[in-house]
Amino acid sequence: MRIRGVIFVFFASMAAMTVACERRSSGPQDTTGEILVGMYGSLTGDGASFGQSSVEGAQLAVEEVNNAGGVLGGRKIRLLVEDDQSRPEEASSAVTKLITQNKVVAVLGEVASRRTLAAAPVAQKYKIPLITPASTNERVTQVGDYIFRVCFIDPFQGEVLAKFAYNDLKARRVAVLKDIQQDYSVGLTDSIQKTFTGLGGKVFDPVSYSSGDADFRAILTQVRAQKPYAIFATGYYPEAAIIVRQARELGMSMPILGGDGWVGDALKNGREALKNTFISNHYSGQNPDPIVQNFRTAYRAKFNREPDSIAALGYDAAKVLADSITRAGTTEGPKVRDAIAAANVAGVTGQLRMNPSRDVVKPAVIEELQFADGDVKYVYRATINPN
Amino acid sequence: MSLGRKIAVITGTVATLLALNYVFEYGVGDFQINPYYARIINLIGINITLAVSLNLINGLTGQFSIGHAGFMAVGGYTATYLTVYHGRQIAALAGSTTADPLGAAIVMVPSLIAGAAAAAVAGLLVGIPSLRLKGDYLAIVTLGFSEIIRVIILNIPAVGGATGFTDAIPITNFFWIFSMAVLTVVITRNIATSTFGRALFAIRSDEIAAEAMGINTTRNKVMAFVVSAALAGVAGGLSGQLFANPLNPQNLNFVKSIEVIVMIVLGGIGSITGAVLGATILTILPEALRTFDQQFPGLRMVIYALLLILLMIFRPQGLLGRREFSWAWLRPLRRRAVLE
Amino acid sequence: MDTFLQQFINGLSLGAIYALIALGYTMVYGVLRLINFAHGDVYMLGAFAGYYLANSLNLDANPSILGAVLVTMGAMAICAGIGIVIERFAYRPVRHHSRLTSLITAIGVSLLLEYGGQVVFGATPRFFPQMISSRTYSLGGVQITNQSLMIIVVSIVMMFGLEFIVHRTRIGKAMRAVSYNLPVARLMGINTDMVIAFTFALGSALAAVAGVLVALSIPRIDPLMGLMTGLKAFVAAVLGGIGSIPGAMLGGMLIGLMETWISATSYSTYRDAMAFAVLILILLFRPAGILGTSVTEKV
Repeated sequence: MRIRGVIFVFFASMAAMTVACERRSSGPQDTTGEILVGMYGSLTGDGASFGQSSVEGAQLAVEEVNNAGGVLGGRKIRLLVEDDQSRPEEASSAVTKLITQNKVVAVLGEVASRRTLAAAPVAQKYKIPLITPASTNERVTQVGDYIFRVCFIDPFQGEVLAKFAYNDLKARRVAVLKDIQQDYSVGLTDSIQKTFTGLGGKVFDPVSYSSGDADFRAILTQVRAQKPYAIFATGYYPEAAIIVRQARELGMSMPILGGDGWVGDALKNGREALKNTFISNHYSGQNPDPIVQNFRTAYRAKFNREPDSIAALGYDAAKVLADSITRAGTTEGPKVRDAIAAANVAGVTGQLRMNPSRDVVKPAVIEELQFADGDVKYVYRATINPN
Repeated sequence: MSLGRKIAVITGTVATLLALNYVFEYGVGDFQINPYYARIINLIGINITLAVSLNLINGLTGQFSIGHAGFMAVGGYTATYLTVYHGRQIAALAGSTTADPLGAAIVMVPSLIAGAAAAAVAGLLVGIPSLRLKGDYLAIVTLGFSEIIRVIILNIPAVGGATGFTDAIPITNFFWIFSMAVLTVVITRNIATSTFGRALFAIRSDEIAAEAMGINTTRNKVMAFVVSAALAGVAGGLSGQLFANPLNPQNLNFVKSIEVIVMIVLGGIGSITGAVLGATILTILPEALRTFDQQFPGLRMVIYALLLILLMIFRPQGLLGRREFSWAWLRPLRRRAVLE
Repeated sequence: MDTFLQQFINGLSLGAIYALIALGYTMVYGVLRLINFAHGDVYMLGAFAGYYLANSLNLDANPSILGAVLVTMGAMAICAGIGIVIERFAYRPVRHHSRLTSLITAIGVSLLLEYGGQVVFGATPRFFPQMISSRTYSLGGVQITNQSLMIIVVSIVMMFGLEFIVHRTRIGKAMRAVSYNLPVARLMGINTDMVIAFTFALGSALAAVAGVLVALSIPRIDPLMGLMTGLKAFVAAVLGGIGSIPGAMLGGMLIGLMETWISATSYSTYRDAMAFAVLILILLFRPAGILGTSVTEKV
């Protein structure tokens, strides 16, 4: 009697296999018609706010490219967006689908390094170029030569911030608040610690919080007791705004420093507390450069809100891709990959050139923040060039 | 079943799985398995193991555990840790490397065993204190343990912390996933038809009466917990070492446990085939709903939540209730139905 | 000493929030034996309701106490309504099913509110407008904002109000009767459906107050904010003794203090896990909670 069950299962699995089969050799590539570009990001789940920003930035860029006539002789780019629900395994499924089902020619995404690290091996395996707008963990581009990024890597930004604090602010004892749920923050913290201690300063043990936290008074009180000269808050803008406010409420008036993750509309909720804070940046809404201002205006018109740094990076990633496809003259993976490696594009977040590790090389600026007229003002302090 | 027949069945199953695995990896002639569907099929297999193992506690024993993700995490991380840090040595014992299929297979065995063992220990640690509790409280305590495990893993840099265990070596393949799925089903079915299983059913029906009848409820419950946890650990080890599928503590959380629960609830709590069915449907469904996401991002998960509520209101017994589907299992069930 | 006092104040104001939410959990559990997983998300909806109301009253530009009160009452009304709707359409149909079914339904509602919130409100966190100008008082080395003070005071007032309702009014008596024995209460002529609806409304209104208060002092709100907070508030309710109103208050304060204390050590990332560790210990050694009464089960 069990044989019946076994045979049933056998045929069921055979049927499933047949359904899942496909012919191995794919036909000649489509040389006319739309160019399909895949994008994966967190549209739901705890990464959703940044996921949405990155997608919006990319969508704006694609729209602009198409309105200007498309690429490769008038072909329009179509951006296929897949949600990964803020989960690494979904990121892999989404990218697998985009590459093997939708046959996209390139992939954009993701923001969180842990999701990019999960999905990048898929792109590398199928030799489809992948550009991440905002994953800062060093290991992302080490996955393979088809993986690129248009953002700082943690070590660089950490160096920038640590040097500024040590040399310009003359800080010798600092405390660090890190967001343990964000690889960006953890990586930046490690890098700051390394550089600052290397310069001869003292870094107290980093104090951790989680993104989504809204009450930092307990940890800030502990930091206050350590009497640091300056504090680093290496997480993203929603928490940064509150950290700054609550720190000042607790009577802590020392300089507070952060990375490019601080740039976001919600930062203005830090209000007057933002006095005496500094960030390292590549995108500043106040930069009078027409590239930046045009981006801001267009983004505001389309999405009805201020772009944050993640949106700017999403925009730049898409622009670099479009530019590379044009230079490559084709949509074939290897050729596009080579074109990206040779990219030199004026982006919203700086002049984008790839170094041999496929990380973008661009200077960082240090800006001092102020709160005036109900908004955040960024005052230029210094430029740090990558060496 | 006689020993000879047993051996024949086992050999036959293994051979079939190996053949299917070959087709999976390398294709046949000009045909290959579409990688996207292949991934879904692999995920179905892992979810079957998870669902059927959870069913052992929630379905057969009638307890309510929502901490399954924690056991998956413990087992998965242990298994992956072993492969990553000692895999080369193990493979070298057979004169091979982890990149080679044979080497990978050789490493998989101790890896999964380690994962199962670690998860079993976790099951013991969770089970002994918790199983004095009833219903809702047990649920919350298992949830609590699972969250504690998750937070601990988040703070261990050696296994990746918040970034996830991306160092994992992808040695999982179709063969391992489905042989473990088959094993889980067989183990659970054998338990269900054994004296141990009868004790579990008795506990499910009326725990106090069972105790009065002389069944050591705590010992049986803990046993069920341990077996269930061990199998979840195996699923974790398989999942974490699947290509492009690193373990991540953020996602081995409460929501993941709930997803496994929904699988067995959909299929019918207490039904093994139901669990298989539920796992299959709920792995395919979110992928099938992707087109929805294009138009209305985020709506997919809203629909998922709605389905859950409607399912509870209109068909809380799930698709199969407590019944099993296959012919071979009907006869003993009919007898059981008479007794109940 | 400064630091200790500061942390104490921090803990109290955090605890007061948990206490407010825990009150709702404890009431619903007392009456229905149901862990209303969606309660934390009602708290989130309260914060959002307050957000939209405060913006429509343009309070950011003109902070005022009156405005704040109006917003709070508005949020309470909206959430009470939501609570009643949830009870009527999601929980009542499964009331006669097993506890497991009710629990899963509650989880479903919670997920629906969270994901639905992300779709409707967008996932980007919003910042609550300042309804009352912020002021910090300094006592020795300790800083406390007027919002933290308000949170503590308001929750204590709410607790007394709740005690009054439950012990000094007829509807309160009906609630207690239903919590002792639902079928018999119905036989005694109590409209149990209405009493249960009222319980949900009351609990949800309290959650709304918590939402608005929290949003005042910690202005960031997003659709997922209720998940962890709700779970911890549930732990607080169990700690204090589920079904006991002063217990919920006590439990909330204790959890708040413990969490603050843990955050202050170098184990701050284990903060969330700590709440669960406390829960497990309590359930092992004193399952009735601190102020709860031990109920012997009749077989």
